[in-house]
Amino acid sequence: MKEVKFTREFAIKYGLLFLLALMLVIFSFAEPAFLSTINMMIILQSVSIVAILALGVTATLAVDGFDLSIGSTAAFSMMTASYVMVVFDGGTTLAIFAAIAVGATVGLVNAFMIVKMKVPDLLATLGMMFLLLGLQLIPTQGRSISTGMSLGDGEVATGKFSESFLFLGRDRVFDVIPVPVIIMLILAVITYLFLEKTRHGRVMYAIGSNKQAAKLAGARVDFYRYVAYVMSGVYASIGGILLAARIGRGDVSSGNSLLMDGVAGALIGFAVLGAARPNAQGAAIGALFVGVLLNGLTMMNTPYYTQDFIKGFVLVAALMFTFGLSNKRS
Amino acid sequence: MSSVVNAIEIKTIKKKFGSNTVLHDVSFNIEGGKVLALLGANGAGKSTLVKILSGVYQADEGSVIINGETIDFTNPQKARDAGIITVHQIINDGVIQDLSIAENLLLDRLCDGRFSLFLSKKALYKQAKPLAEKIGLDLPLDTKVSELSQADRQLVAIARAISDKPKLLILDEPTSSLSETEAVKLFEAVKTMRAQGVAVVYISHRMSDIRLLADQIAALREGKIVGWFEPPLDYNGAVDSMLGHAIAEVRHSFVEGKDDMLTLKNIQLKSDSNPFNLTFKTGEVVVLTGLLSSGCASVIEGIFGMNKFASGEFELNKKDWSPKNPQHAINSGIYAVQEDRGNNALIPAFSIEQNVSLPFLKKFSTLGFINTSIEKQKVNDSIEMTKVKYTSQDELILTLSGGNQQKVMIARWMLNDCKALLLNEPFQGVDISSRRQIGELLRTTANNRATIVICTDVEEALEIADRIIVFNHNNMIAEHRIDDIDMPTLIKQIAASPENYNNTPNMREDTTNERS
Repeated sequence: MKEVKFTREFAIKYGLLFLLALMLVIFSFAEPAFLSTINMMIILQSVSIVAILALGVTATLAVDGFDLSIGSTAAFSMMTASYVMVVFDGGTTLAIFAAIAVGATVGLVNAFMIVKMKVPDLLATLGMMFLLLGLQLIPTQGRSISTGMSLGDGEVATGKFSESFLFLGRDRVFDVIPVPVIIMLILAVITYLFLEKTRHGRVMYAIGSNKQAAKLAGARVDFYRYVAYVMSGVYASIGGILLAARIGRGDVSSGNSLLMDGVAGALIGFAVLGAARPNAQGAAIGALFVGVLLNGLTMMNTPYYTQDFIKGFVLVAALMFTFGLSNKRS
Repeated sequence: MSSVVNAIEIKTIKKKFGSNTVLHDVSFNIEGGKVLALLGANGAGKSTLVKILSGVYQADEGSVIINGETIDFTNPQKARDAGIITVHQIINDGVIQDLSIAENLLLDRLCDGRFSLFLSKKALYKQAKPLAEKIGLDLPLDTKVSELSQADRQLVAIARAISDKPKLLILDEPTSSLSETEAVKLFEAVKTMRAQGVAVVYISHRMSDIRLLADQIAALREGKIVGWFEPPLDYNGAVDSMLGHAIAEVRHSFVEGKDDMLTLKNIQLKSDSNPFNLTFKTGEVVVLTGLLSSGCASVIEGIFGMNKFASGEFELNKKDWSPKNPQHAINSGIYAVQEDRGNNALIPAFSIEQNVSLPFLKKFSTLGFINTSIEKQKVNDSIEMTKVKYTSQDELILTLSGGNQQKVMIARWMLNDCKALLLNEPFQGVDISSRRQIGELLRTTANNRATIVICTDVEEALEIADRIIVFNHNNMIAEHRIDDIDMPTLIKQIAASPENYNNTPNMREDTTNERS
């Protein structure tokens, strides 16, 4: 009896980390190049944007909300930054500020719909997702933004992506670690500290667990729900900026898979260290988990069209694993 | 009316959770047509026993034999098919909020296909009506359950439970959220079931219920039946047996309040109710009593900023003040222990410690970061004071028994000194020894704050109050000092219908007498 219980506790706590380690071992045996520093950095680089989105959505999950608009917010921020650069020739700082302002505004509007207008979170953010996907097409008449593009009135755009902007997406610190990875790690640490170590995070989890009780214990329920959605919006826009900087253009379709991957990362994060609740470290590791899996499968020449299936399968399995096992703990 | 006498034998039920044995060998027999009162302190194993009998938990050992036949009660559906019907303590488990009363009453029939595919509203109401009448539920049957009061929900849950004629009916704390008149309806229903040959196991902390209903009493302590009482029933003996020691009479002498802490001026609870003035002083414990929806709860909700009074003003510490919302009330030094802790107070995902510290995180934080060692220390002091039984502060709150959860909720608001402490039904689902502990704690710590408690149960009110204030239909109608109380008058005032309390000359006199 005791051993069974111990094994189960162990599986709940370390199961996902164990699987991650196992994948690394298997992939590196199958394909020695997998474990090279360069490949590791490629994985981290591809994971970083998804992880940032996962961190944002984790904040909304903590207050028992959800944000389906993160992918389109990232895409819209990417278009905004590109537009400021290429069409207005506005420079790096302005591009970044404009993109983050877009993210914050989206978060505020989402929160207004959910908190004040009482629209259910899934519906509100789904509506916002469609709205943004459509809105990003309008200023450029549906075209992607790139240096030297022709504008509607026959003129050619004069601005370009500045070096310092592209640095964000492409450069490596000490020639090894990509800048997006550094930014992701900083955000992960900040989010972790905020949710786990500050009273604000504690109150957000309390709201997520029982809104009414939190309110009667004096918590500023509405305020913290606004905070969560604004965090989610801002994080998504940071993801969008990094995406624009990496590909060097405002691509209308490049944000497509971000929502799915970000949400998958956040939800797989529930299984990390047996948390069984949204958590920052889990979201980052969850995103890494998905990244390693896909990169490994790609190196082993698994067909691209099976990848979404595998992602979904891993997500479903991880969720069953956490909730199924932890509920039986009594 | 059935003439079958059911015989139910419960044999050697055992249950362990991990290394913790909750039930050692529980065995007893009960006949149809009898009400067995099951007494037990918090954590004695009552809830576990109920969950096993109703098929929610599996027993490690033991069996249930009904009329000579060993029955299968390994899941709730099977237990119900075998004739064991349970009304659980947590009301919301027994009703579905978004369905109407009629649909709730007929839920079991709707689920097992006794209705055809297409529902006719008419047939539904026709079948539901007698069920509602049996228990005296006189609300429109198409009302949604989510719009009902706790008490009416409880009645719906009970009416639903007895809609299929059970052999064994288990009622777990059925009156804990009912007012006296509503409880009377319930008692009638229980008596009807008894007359029809149903065996009833009745679990309650309220001795008044037990005196009224019980034919036999079993006392459960530490997972064993430690006392079995047949008529003539020795109620005090049963309580002593359940606690393992004799319980002393509570006596406290009247304490005069010292300084005015909170004053309500010309308060009207509803726009058509009479204005009243009330002053709560430091050092005294004031109990508000009355039937459900008599207005007691509105007073506390008004003071805590949850609702606005129709009109009136406040003074806090002799200064004008007005609560904007609960957060503002808390910041002004007014704390409230809420009723219905599952919905209004507990954070189920949090540990004991995090539940206690929630309102006061700012006190333990520098630059927003929580200093967990100070938090742990403060919480420890507070839960030691309220005598919570726990193994570790880091355990989830839900691992505690109901009474201990309640002590944790009181510990939460004892963590910091306050100007006024409001408690709405603090003894809900709390056994008598914990109730005495909480009552004593409230009295001994009352020195520097105003303490305002709602107790619908008069017995509870008498145990802790210095002053008892009676509300009836949103009007304040009387005030009694504990050292000068006339029980018949008090009871009459509580139960009076609104036409009577301000017109009957008799009662007027009584009231003025009390005040002089």
